[in-house]
Amino acid sequence: MEATSHTFAGNARAGLANPVLRRALDMAGAGFPARRAEAIARLPEFDALRDEGKAIKDHTIGHLDFYLELYERQVTAAGGVVHWAPDAAAARAAVLGICRSVGAKTVTKGKSMVAEEIALNEHLEANGITPVETDLGEYIIQLRHEPPSHIIAPAIHLMKEQVEATFRAAHTALDPARPLAEAPLLCGEARAVLRPQFLTADVGITGANFLVAETGSSIIVTNEGNGDLTQTLPKVHIVITSIEKVVPTLEDAATLLRLLARSATGQEFSSYTTMSTGPRRPGDLDGPEQYHVVLVDNGRTALLGGEFQDMLRCLRCAACLNHCPVYTAVGGHAYGWVYPGPMGAVLTPALIGLDEAGDLPNASSFCGRCESVCPVRIPLPKMMRHWRERQFALRKAPAAYRYGLGLWAWVAQRPALYHALVEAKARLLGRLGRRRGRFRTMPLAGEWTRVRDMPAPEGRSFHALWAERGRARR
Amino acid sequence: MTARDDVLAAVRRGLGRGAVSDAVAAELTARVATHRRNLIPARAAALEPAARLRLFVDMAEAVQTTVARVSDAGDVPGEVARYLAAENLPAELAMAPDPALDALPWDARPLLRIRRGKSSPEDAVSLTPCLAAVAETGTLMLMSGERTPTTLNFLPDTHIVVVRSGQVVATYEDGWDLLRARGALPRTVNFITGPSRTGDIEQRIELGAHGPRRLHVILIDDGASEADGER
Ligand code: SF4
Repeated sequence: MEATSHTFAGNARAGLANPVLRRALDMAGAGFPARRAEAIARLPEFDALRDEGKAIKDHTIGHLDFYLELYERQVTAAGGVVHWAPDAAAARAAVLGICRSVGAKTVTKGKSMVAEEIALNEHLEANGITPVETDLGEYIIQLRHEPPSHIIAPAIHLMKEQVEATFRAAHTALDPARPLAEAPLLCGEARAVLRPQFLTADVGITGANFLVAETGSSIIVTNEGNGDLTQTLPKVHIVITSIEKVVPTLEDAATLLRLLARSATGQEFSSYTTMSTGPRRPGDLDGPEQYHVVLVDNGRTALLGGEFQDMLRCLRCAACLNHCPVYTAVGGHAYGWVYPGPMGAVLTPALIGLDEAGDLPNASSFCGRCESVCPVRIPLPKMMRHWRERQFALRKAPAAYRYGLGLWAWVAQRPALYHALVEAKARLLGRLGRRRGRFRTMPLAGEWTRVRDMPAPEGRSFHALWAERGRARR
Repeated sequence: MTARDDVLAAVRRGLGRGAVSDAVAAELTARVATHRRNLIPARAAALEPAARLRLFVDMAEAVQTTVARVSDAGDVPGEVARYLAAENLPAELAMAPDPALDALPWDARPLLRIRRGKSSPEDAVSLTPCLAAVAETGTLMLMSGERTPTTLNFLPDTHIVVVRSGQVVATYEDGWDLLRARGALPRTVNFITGPSRTGDIEQRIELGAHGPRRLHVILIDDGASEADGER
């Protein structure tokens, strides 16, 4: 997809002004964190599992070449084929090549963020192959020609009224007078419309949550069962995935699976966790005749050995999105590319460049909730700060910001002046804001106060109060 | 250079080293071969068989799996007939061609029409065995094979699974061990925890998104526990 991350500020403003999005995000922002908290409260070992999950991923990443080679050997031994793709173009070409080799006309797809990342659907369509998204959320946004706005709930920005309108516009063969106002009716209609697609597709494409080096298996986690129909019914199953998904053993996968569903949806376990190893065996009554894995790098190896290596632990659980005050205010589309929220703010500049995505690491209040909920303890705020530093060093930060920061630094290095100025400002604002307790607009900070109120200071600076307390205690 | 060499070279460059030494490779190979268990939650691991069975039933029911307990394998056909009637479903089944299921006294239920084989799109109800049931999260573990086609687990609206109490294990890791003990891996292993669902419209959970709307377990409580006394 065409990235619009460079217009983050405008995108975010549009998001804040969109009442449908506001209602949708309010529902999501409350639901996911509450369910996660309940699930974790039921598992006393959760924090210890996070430490182990982090250690497993760090160990694997530290020996990534070894585990990738072992994984490939095991896939091959099970009768599958691994296709290595250094970049998005190579990945698209590999998938298209497999589809063409069997004369595919339609492919069904399970949800895959890597497929979004390499813009697979556009490429297949441009080459005369029809991709059909089968995850309900992905299906809805495919019909609307929209990108996903969340990594596990791609249509989270919509209310059921939009879905109804979308289905009425797309499913023109159905009775226009049919009732369709409630979620069960919408789900039923999608099920009925997609069933024949599952049965007739030539190729099924899924992603993978984990790859197991020990056995050459790919593991997908879903709730709908669409991924299973996608990979079981067609003649060919293609797994499109990225290199950092590999783990050493089934036991390691089990530990990470205990973290994933709880962090993502607050479920104890998702409805379907499916492990696939090669194509159908002699004597099997169903299953694909070919099993391919397209193993994508696309910028991941560039993160190794640097300050962003920790990002490769990411399980794509979306907990950091669900707990982020910025994401839950502006929505996923504001981030302008495939990965939104805190994980996107770190990953996107790495994958598509700081020129395009430089605004994203700034879209943070540094409250730290993302890191505190991350199942593999990725230090997201620290890494956003690294991007800001790089951006500053490259002089890519906005001029006003750079000069402002320069001025602030000059003052901050002069404690007497700093204290005098801060104390004066606190007293002034405290007096001006005494009546309402907050400011609706501020000179020089109009952008900031356009969508927020600035609380009025209590009238004294922290330093002054601290000094006073110290005197009182003595 | 092939694409494969490119990616592996980029990995090694990033990690600031060449290929792993023989000594390290031997260590890593041993790590995989021993596939040591990581931390196992006490929830299920610490339980006696009867409590484990109860936990399995509780966890399964918490995710809308229905569970019927029968005391003898011979009661399974009767329970199937009862369940179908209670749910207003036709007395017709697509059944996995599995010898253990075949051996059940279906003759006693002549009104049940049973077809054996993989699923076809018209099937409303399927009946399958399983490899194991995991108490930890109320999860069924099924695998593909000549006698257990995967389509039966996903195409029909209603999926009935026969579980013997001895098949109920504590954790996923116990399931991996059972799988390894069988030799070569099957094409697919399905961990199934409740019926199909989606929350994609306004975060409201709807059952039966693409897979079965109903998941019914018939638990043969025969007192046996194969996993007893192993650890
Ligand atoms: S960064 Fe952590 S919390 Fe965010 S999606 Fe990745 S694993 Fe989940």
